[in-house]
Amino acid sequence: MGLGSDMYRQQILDHYKNPRNYGELEDPTFTHVGENPMCGDEIRMDVKLEDDDETIEYVAFSGDGCAISQASASMLSGELQGKSVDDLLEMDRDDVIDMLGVDISPMRVKCAVLAEKVAQDGAEIYRGELDKEKTSTED
Amino acid sequence: MSHQNLAVDVEAIRDEFPILEREFDGQQVVYLDNAATTQTPDPVVDAMSDYYRESNANVHRGIHHLSQEASEAYEVAHDRVAEFIGADGREEVVFTKNTTESENLLAYSWGLNELEPGDEVVLTEMEHHASLVTWQQIAKRTGASVEYVRVDEDGRLDMDHARELIGDDTAIVSAVHVSNTLGTINPVAELTELAHEHDALSFIDGAQAVPNQPVDVKEIGADFYAFSGHKMAGPTGIGVLYGKRELLEAMEPYLYGGGMIRKVTFEDSTWGELPWKFEPGTPPIAEAVGLHAAVDWLEEIGMERIRDHEQELARYAYEQLESEGDVEIYGPEPGADRGGLVSFNVEGVHAHDLTSILNDHTVAIRAGDHCTQPLHDKLGVAASARASFYVYNTREEVDKLVAALDDARQLFA
Ligand SMILES: Cc1ncc(COP(=O)(O)O)c(C=O)c1O
Repeated sequence: MGLGSDMYRQQILDHYKNPRNYGELEDPTFTHVGENPMCGDEIRMDVKLEDDDETIEYVAFSGDGCAISQASASMLSGELQGKSVDDLLEMDRDDVIDMLGVDISPMRVKCAVLAEKVAQDGAEIYRGELDKEKTSTED
Repeated sequence: MSHQNLAVDVEAIRDEFPILEREFDGQQVVYLDNAATTQTPDPVVDAMSDYYRESNANVHRGIHHLSQEASEAYEVAHDRVAEFIGADGREEVVFTKNTTESENLLAYSWGLNELEPGDEVVLTEMEHHASLVTWQQIAKRTGASVEYVRVDEDGRLDMDHARELIGDDTAIVSAVHVSNTLGTINPVAELTELAHEHDALSFIDGAQAVPNQPVDVKEIGADFYAFSGHKMAGPTGIGVLYGKRELLEAMEPYLYGGGMIRKVTFEDSTWGELPWKFEPGTPPIAEAVGLHAAVDWLEEIGMERIRDHEQELARYAYEQLESEGDVEIYGPEPGADRGGLVSFNVEGVHAHDLTSILNDHTVAIRAGDHCTQPLHDKLGVAASARASFYVYNTREEVDKLVAALDDARQLFA
């Protein structure tokens, strides 16, 4: 079996079929929607910060897409709880792939990092470091 | 063609495509992504490498032997393509980079100069982004409006709606000949007639038609017609814009530079003959030689036979997929107005995941919106999987595709 089936390990399928933290927050500190134009996947990330405006209290995601992008969003939403916004902004694709714990075939990396990119863009817009018009995730 | 009624000799044809023998993880590739790009047979590869080995030089500017040979080969390729699509000679055949550039050439050269507020550009809901995005943006810049002929439940154009939309304000009707998503073969001659009744022009996107069926631009009556070399057993890097001679003559160049001019002074320039007026700079010479060879290769098999072979495979794939029960197929039922591709979704499996799993069986298909995002919105899906056939594909390959779906079902059940 090639890389494809290796991608769909139990953990990925479990998060896909039973997504954690799925839904929208009532009072998110910031929220952002992004698309992967290659497959039409769309993900919304809602982030609630604690009073220090730095620590991530809770993350929820919504949208639909392929197993890789959905599982990645589900895992990331759990992973980020208790971390700081700086931690989020420092994440890169290797961190996401490590988190997923499977080999991601090159053409699917965009699916894997979608949630991370959307959350990061949302955080940067919130901090005023990114112009909403110029985000790569918002179409 | 003497053996027009005989089936295609797929075995013999496959021998000319070493790439179809390639294996990944010990499994032979099943290439069903031909609507994206077709494979290139040996005679086409050989024609291009012979050109580089024996005749390479720049065109139109050398007096020496090699330049003469290269120029001759480049020019004759225009004649051959003209003959292939029924155009009136090389003057009506402009070489571009691909269908997308052909479309942009027309939109920038004619559209930007001629469209005005109040003018209408009539497209269809099944346009590829190549024409949809281009006209949308040119319309924004000129103040023209864009209208879309509806696609009905069966995946066909609603021709009553076309008759309603196309009117005296219509400046151009731009329609895809064969939909790269639905497989629908559209009544482009009828659309062209409607356009002409209202003194509008017609542009036909033939990217999925010229490779797969006989096309005669004069029979269609189209004013402009575009297609790509890489979808018709030819090389990448070359496309065609056919245009009626008098229309091309009246149009401004789209790109400026050397090789296209009659006379240049410090103050002004005048343009050279068709089609060179639209081909400034060093053109894709080896690719033109390759396209010429591809046309020869296709005609030797016969376009009717290629069409019949592909339609037969598409019908078989449609029936096999339909009998699966959990597969939703888009576009018209198999028949005379359906070309050689099938787009579908398996219930509960995202098209991207499906394609990754099929790739484990070395079955190559495409997943995504196939550059028809608004059409997918209308179908109510973000993405679909698409199997598209060419003259070298077989029923056994369709069977492998269908069998591999089970793996996806098991994983996602
Ligand atoms: C109907 C249609 N139009 C236009 C194009 C664009 O072709 P190219 O990418 O060669 O410019 C394609 C190919 O994807 C197509 O299927």
